[in-house]
Amino acid sequence: MANTFELKDDSVVVVVGSGAGGGTLCNELAQRAINVVCLEAGPRLSLADIVNDNGTMFSRLSWLDKRIGTGDLNPGLPLWVCKTVGGTTMHWAGASLRFQEHEFRVRTVYGNIAGANLLDWPITLQELDPFYALAENKMGVTGTHDIPRLPGNNNFKVMAAGAKRVGYTEVHTGNMAINSRPRDDRPACHQIGFCMSGCAIGAKWSTLYTEIPRAESTGHFEIRPDSMVVKINHDDSGRVTGVVYADKTGTLHEQKARVVCVAGNAVETPRLLLNSESAKFPKGLANSSGQVGRNYMRHMTGTVYAIMPGRVNFDRGTQMAGIIKDESRHDPSRGFAGGYEMETLPGFGLAGVATNTIQGAWGPEYAKIIEMYDHFAGMWLVGEDMPQAGNGVTLHPTEKDRHGMPVPVVHFKDHANDITMRNHAYKAGTAVYRSLGATQVFELPPFPSTHNLGTCRQSVNAQDGVCNKYGQTHDIANLFISDGSQFTTGGAENPTLTIVALAIRQARYLADQLSKKEM
Amino acid sequence: MKAKAPNRRDFLCTTGFVAVGLATGGSIILAPDYAWAMSTTSIDAHTAQTLLVMARQLFPHDRLGDQYYAAVVEAIDKQATGDAALRKLLADGVTSLDGARGIPWVELSNGARNAVLKTMEATEFFSSIRMATINNLYTNPLVYRFFGFEGSSVEHGGYVNRGFDDIGWLPNS
Repeated sequence: MANTFELKDDSVVVVVGSGAGGGTLCNELAQRAINVVCLEAGPRLSLADIVNDNGTMFSRLSWLDKRIGTGDLNPGLPLWVCKTVGGTTMHWAGASLRFQEHEFRVRTVYGNIAGANLLDWPITLQELDPFYALAENKMGVTGTHDIPRLPGNNNFKVMAAGAKRVGYTEVHTGNMAINSRPRDDRPACHQIGFCMSGCAIGAKWSTLYTEIPRAESTGHFEIRPDSMVVKINHDDSGRVTGVVYADKTGTLHEQKARVVCVAGNAVETPRLLLNSESAKFPKGLANSSGQVGRNYMRHMTGTVYAIMPGRVNFDRGTQMAGIIKDESRHDPSRGFAGGYEMETLPGFGLAGVATNTIQGAWGPEYAKIIEMYDHFAGMWLVGEDMPQAGNGVTLHPTEKDRHGMPVPVVHFKDHANDITMRNHAYKAGTAVYRSLGATQVFELPPFPSTHNLGTCRQSVNAQDGVCNKYGQTHDIANLFISDGSQFTTGGAENPTLTIVALAIRQARYLADQLSKKEM
Repeated sequence: MKAKAPNRRDFLCTTGFVAVGLATGGSIILAPDYAWAMSTTSIDAHTAQTLLVMARQLFPHDRLGDQYYAAVVEAIDKQATGDAALRKLLADGVTSLDGARGIPWVELSNGARNAVLKTMEATEFFSSIRMATINNLYTNPLVYRFFGFEGSSVEHGGYVNRGFDDIGWLPNS
């Protein structure tokens, strides 16, 4: 049964955020009989709140508190992440890919790349493999654990046919945390579409209806929705002692804690650490390295749409319905370091296609393009981008939100490697569709980023990063980073599986430390 | 609400629409064949008619009747109620359009209307109306079906038994 805990109860672990990292960590700790309080900034929805309307769900799920984007970012909406119980696992498409072996040691493999703040991870693929397996089993990832892959929809069939023509060989319907058959008390995918507006039947894994209720059923867990953490407190010895949060009415409370784990996504996590500055920690918590908020990565992304010779109806069925993996390898002969994945993506409805296909376009020629909507095919290109010290999250010097917390300023500019890779990927995607007689092909720039990584990264040495290989901050033993912020580098793969694997691993480490009374 | 008795000057027949100004400041626009009508409460008849013509000029689809563009104008009007800054943006924008060639923009030829719009692409007025048209025209279920976007599917059981993989034209090799 769901439990409740006193504000002054300093024996609980506080987890900030309930998404892929936070939600998983909560359940993994609660299953080990560790008392956990999760503070989630957004409201708690149910499946009944999920409708097949992109605009409605954008308003209902998205983090729309003010953020300022600079550099290449959309100034008003630099990223598209969620503010709700379940976090961005409500919005994510479900792609669950393991990192490649070399992607944990790119400083060694890629060498020194000018302008890139590259670093090897403190862990290896071999160390993470068992946790990847646990994560895949937990999430029901297709193509793993004898779970069949999903059937391919029209958009996938177009991409696969083109891939074959241009000579790609690693093409399939992906490793998806979407049930291909009923599993884990959730139904099989109905090919509804609208995955990224929330799965209305719960076939796609989200912590909202998996980890969170499971944690509640242990009796060791309480989640408080509509609870925005604004500050982490510490004592004279430098250990964290609790968090200050605003409830739905804006009233501030302090929840005491023996451990604090921050999983607010790669903007809110460093924002909270920076805003918790004190006389003892004038640069913010866990920031002796100066790396908190730096090295922000969002993956190299781009989209290719094509008007095909026949009808596709690309919005029917699983949105990320398949993948071409041939370009994900590291092959410097292509002119860039790292690799990228090619994954199907539809158009977010007619309004989405009209908005994005050619930005700012209008008039009779553009109207003719929109009229070909049901002939559109589409794919998303996602690859490794370079961490750069100047890309990141800072606090606005004067502008504050309604809780008095400084508004975050998110800065990102492409590295030259990112641009070279994107141009290569555009050409590769275009070739796939042209091989089938596409009449027009469109190259779309990055959307507001949904993969947000690296702003509190793992490192071997305390001066290079914020946390160790368990996400435990170098400076403060009872403060953890539990989301994609801890990524040292981004890999080519969609990050959620790695976030979940790291959260499972962190829970084991934390439970072990707590049992040894080392925390 | 009392309508001013329509006189000759209230009928702006150049584009075929019948525009009636209301004493309250709003308007009623009638289709030439009286098949549909739209009304506004916060923007006047001339502004409403100009926006109606502009919405089609931006995204002209032969397959769509004017009533769908009229719904865009009604949405803008609704937003303008209680938003003085938007009302001013609309009024100033229409004034700019009308000032470009010395006669009301709606009375220009199709090509001339496009040429004037082209000169205004960088303005906030233009981008606001462009986005409002996209967000109100293409999200209308009565409109998007004309284009093969099928909207909500969960209530029909998704597409698992309704053609998610029904593509028939792909080559075999």
